[in-house]
Amino acid sequence: MREIQASQITDVIERLCIEANTVLPEDMKQAIRTCRACEDGDIARGVLDNIIENYQIAEKECVPICQDTGMACVFLEIGQDVHISGGDLTEAVNEGVRRGYDKGYLRKSVVKDPVRRGNTGDNTPAMLYTEIVPGEQIKITVGPKGFGSENMSAIRMFKPSAGLQGIKDFILETVETAGPNPCPPMVVGVGIGGTFDKAALLAKKALMRPVDSENPDPYYADLEKEMLQKINELGIGPQGFGGKTTAVGLNIETMPTHIAGMPCAINISCHVTRHKTEVL
Amino acid sequence: MERHITLPLTEEVARSLHAGDSVYLTGEIYTSRDAGHKRMCEALARGEELPFDPKDATIYYVGPTPAKPGQVIGSAGPTTSGRMDAYAPTMMSVGARGMIGKGARLPEVVDAMKKYGGVYFGAIGGAGALLAKCIKKAELVAYEDLQSEALRRLYVEDMPLVVIIDSEGRNLYEEGRAAYLQSHKTQE
Repeated sequence: MREIQASQITDVIERLCIEANTVLPEDMKQAIRTCRACEDGDIARGVLDNIIENYQIAEKECVPICQDTGMACVFLEIGQDVHISGGDLTEAVNEGVRRGYDKGYLRKSVVKDPVRRGNTGDNTPAMLYTEIVPGEQIKITVGPKGFGSENMSAIRMFKPSAGLQGIKDFILETVETAGPNPCPPMVVGVGIGGTFDKAALLAKKALMRPVDSENPDPYYADLEKEMLQKINELGIGPQGFGGKTTAVGLNIETMPTHIAGMPCAINISCHVTRHKTEVL
Repeated sequence: MERHITLPLTEEVARSLHAGDSVYLTGEIYTSRDAGHKRMCEALARGEELPFDPKDATIYYVGPTPAKPGQVIGSAGPTTSGRMDAYAPTMMSVGARGMIGKGARLPEVVDAMKKYGGVYFGAIGGAGALLAKCIKKAELVAYEDLQSEALRRLYVEDMPLVVIIDSEGRNLYEEGRAAYLQSHKTQE
């Protein structure tokens, strides 16, 4: 049994909130640069040049890449041989978010109540997911999620008879509806299977995967490639002004589901798809 | 076409702009988004004055990050404009003319733009660090309790924008995409 202090978790979350919001992950930078090289239109190229200049400024000056510094989505994979002591885990995570968003000059974008509104003033609570895994470490991932793209996400409970075609059509329909709103070039996270809630979580987890990674199952790896290509044939382009690059990546995550169903969730993200991981 | 425009935005200048024009704005603009627009439209409904003069004004749909010491403003890119669609026609009816944001607008907004001579400019969504560079002054005007959503007056210099929807209702999202798809088809 290994003992980890709750305060250590707070410290890591604080740091990850700031780093994730100011330094774009290398896989995203590479994907954007690759797309820039492929575009031939003046407007599309100009937009991608500005997007590149923007993440360079943010990293150099340690300022947020985007003003929507998001809700703090926090994933903890907790080894079952770890004992967390010295405080409440959820509060330790929220304290890390509170400090990170304060010290990093990040925007506080959370309201207390979905209908009655009112800013919480410190960007808490975090959207916290915990998972118990073998081992004696804690893997901490912070993925700040902006809502311009979150708002364009969708979920559908398919009949199994809809089959693969139903999912393909749903992905294209969702991206088409999103159009210029989620700040394309976007990243598309797809979750298929499980229950209503699990499908949505799978879609979110798909966005935490590197944008150039592949599903380990060749069937879904091929589907990822096919759907990314089809999305980029829509012509929406960078910022929706027309062009080749509508999405820089599409990741699919799946799990078993019920004999009667085929849930499919699509979580849309923007060209500032951020996440940062550290292991304690 | 590239245009350098000094604010306020007169109806004559607004009506001379066309979808796809590259525009550099210089002058005073106001920041407002969901909560601020709701408050302003409620004030107008009660017959009250707005906290700023809306005549020929340009409103930037933005909720910036807090300024670090030494900064004028934090990162300040556009938010999704569609959430202001419920309020934009009312704002134009009292004189506001320019809107800066990103994303699609409803036909009601476009109709109001045609009627009043409004322009919808796009700034690059997600480029908040870059856009902050053209903001030279920022001051609080009202609604401080709304924090990042407070009403602020900004002075911008050569703010890089593109006309997404013009006062005739032409739309770069539709035209730009159609042009790309057409050229792509021709190449094949």
